[in-house]
Amino acid sequence: MGVVTPEIVKQVAFLARLRLEGHELATFATQLDDILQYVQQLQSVPTDQVEPTSHVLPLANILRKDQPSPSLSQDAVVALAPAQQRPFIAVPKVIEQ
Amino acid sequence: MPSGSPRPTGSHGRQPVGRGSLVALTIHELRGLLEAKQVSVEEIMQDLLAALERLNPQLHAYIAVDAARLRAQLKGQSGAPASPLLGIPITIKDNICVAGEETACGSKMLAGFRPPYDATVIERLRRAGAWLIPRANMDEFAFGSSTENSAFGVTRNPWAVDRVPGGSSGGSACAVAADLAVAALGSDTGGSIRQPAAFCGVVGLKPTYGRVSRYGLVAFASSLDQIGPITKDVTDCALVLSVIAGHDARDSTSAPVGVPDYVSAMRTPAKGLRIGIPKEYVVEGIDPEVRSAIDQAIAVCERLGVACTRVSLPRTSYAVATYYVIATAEASSNLARYDGVQYGFRASGNGSLMDMYVNTRTEGFGAEPKRRILLGTYVLSQGYYDAYYLKALKVRTLIKQDFDEAFGQCDVILTPTAPTPAFRIGEKLHDPLQMYLSDIFTISANLAGVPALSLPCGFSKQGLPIGMQLLAAPFKEDVLLRAAYAYEQATEWHTRRPPLSAT
Repeated sequence: MGVVTPEIVKQVAFLARLRLEGHELATFATQLDDILQYVQQLQSVPTDQVEPTSHVLPLANILRKDQPSPSLSQDAVVALAPAQQRPFIAVPKVIEQ
Repeated sequence: MPSGSPRPTGSHGRQPVGRGSLVALTIHELRGLLEAKQVSVEEIMQDLLAALERLNPQLHAYIAVDAARLRAQLKGQSGAPASPLLGIPITIKDNICVAGEETACGSKMLAGFRPPYDATVIERLRRAGAWLIPRANMDEFAFGSSTENSAFGVTRNPWAVDRVPGGSSGGSACAVAADLAVAALGSDTGGSIRQPAAFCGVVGLKPTYGRVSRYGLVAFASSLDQIGPITKDVTDCALVLSVIAGHDARDSTSAPVGVPDYVSAMRTPAKGLRIGIPKEYVVEGIDPEVRSAIDQAIAVCERLGVACTRVSLPRTSYAVATYYVIATAEASSNLARYDGVQYGFRASGNGSLMDMYVNTRTEGFGAEPKRRILLGTYVLSQGYYDAYYLKALKVRTLIKQDFDEAFGQCDVILTPTAPTPAFRIGEKLHDPLQMYLSDIFTISANLAGVPALSLPCGFSKQGLPIGMQLLAAPFKEDVLLRAAYAYEQATEWHTRRPPLSAT
């Protein structure tokens, strides 16, 4: 029986800032449940003494000299924004009255 | 099988002048003709534009082609005569930033986005004298194995137009196979270079994690993504890798490891190499024609003086499950940046900031990105993190250990690239798990970070290409290319052209 219900999908969608309609909730619930059932097989692998690998290279704390160098202009960056009030990026009001 | 016969003139045996399309030639063939002044960059451009006009509407390898911009690019063309790619067009997947050129990652979310900077690989290609052909089609955000998930339409397989070219770098592979590109760059997170290369009958390499800078690659799963070449033969693969590989201070996961001359290394005879055949790769569901092509490829290797032994990668069967937890977790985090504020798409409307975020993401992402974001968000959420994400990271350690142990016994591992030849368009679109399982042989290389290359090793009775995958220990691309080149020299699969090509 499925562990992923349409209600759970709705909660996860909220966390991910997505809005799903009724039929999408049902379809995604079925599909995510299929995939997670398949993923369940990982539980049978003994991993008690195993360290996690988040990254395969033996690199850590990559540092560079703190030297100033040219960066993109404010104009070039703001020009990419879908809404602008030069020289700023425009967004809906953040603080309510 | 056609092995051991003497090679025709030129690695592809095609007449360069007087003449088929120049785009049908390899980089090394074109470089020879350019140096001898037998062809000009303008002639290559003309052939490329003619081929695109004729075949791109049908194959849709490129999302869009801007002929005027391509011509303008040639005017600014410069480079020292010794530049390795001088005058060579290189096709770029739609998720690699080219300054000023639309780079939309196959998504409505980035439609119209023109990055203000070049990816490091693009800088390196320019420095090597290449000119760039942007916008090879791809699955949206590289999520897919068929290029059916592009927001800009489906790419078709030039060997059979009712079949997928593979994915997510399906546009790049299709273009190289159909002679709509000389060579291309793709990206590979779970097989996205190798599987389309296999489905389209060309060569594709996923380098070692950290070998090629990811700076300027639109991020999917940052611990798995690599950029690599898709080419008509192994020599071109070595040429392009030599240009794009190397340390980059702008990518903190770029490895400070020197870059050898891959073309010279490739020519070292393969005799004495040890090839391992993992017993776990003979699995249920593998197509009998794929199995037979691999068996014949092993026989060719043995004739070349390569010792083939059985090895074991016991945790192989857990790779797909491990991958779809880690890759979706990283993707959900990387895709959080698409909020309609700084760049890309923003939904219209007058709601609150929260409404704007939600509407933008709901309208901007297609079904597959939504599915992966949901899955990734789920496995990272409180209460599930240890059971799914942390568990997958631990199994990843074991999968990597399997490779470390196997490479103690052999230099190269040989497997099929995909369990079947190219499947039909629509066949797996509504069954995500089946689609994910088509990546079963390619995914482990990304989890372990090892380099892996696909090259043609046969055809099905229906005339569809079959690819074999070679894997080597980290930073042993030279060994990989050496084995691949020896096999390619002994066979003629790479010289076959699809029914739909500009040749």
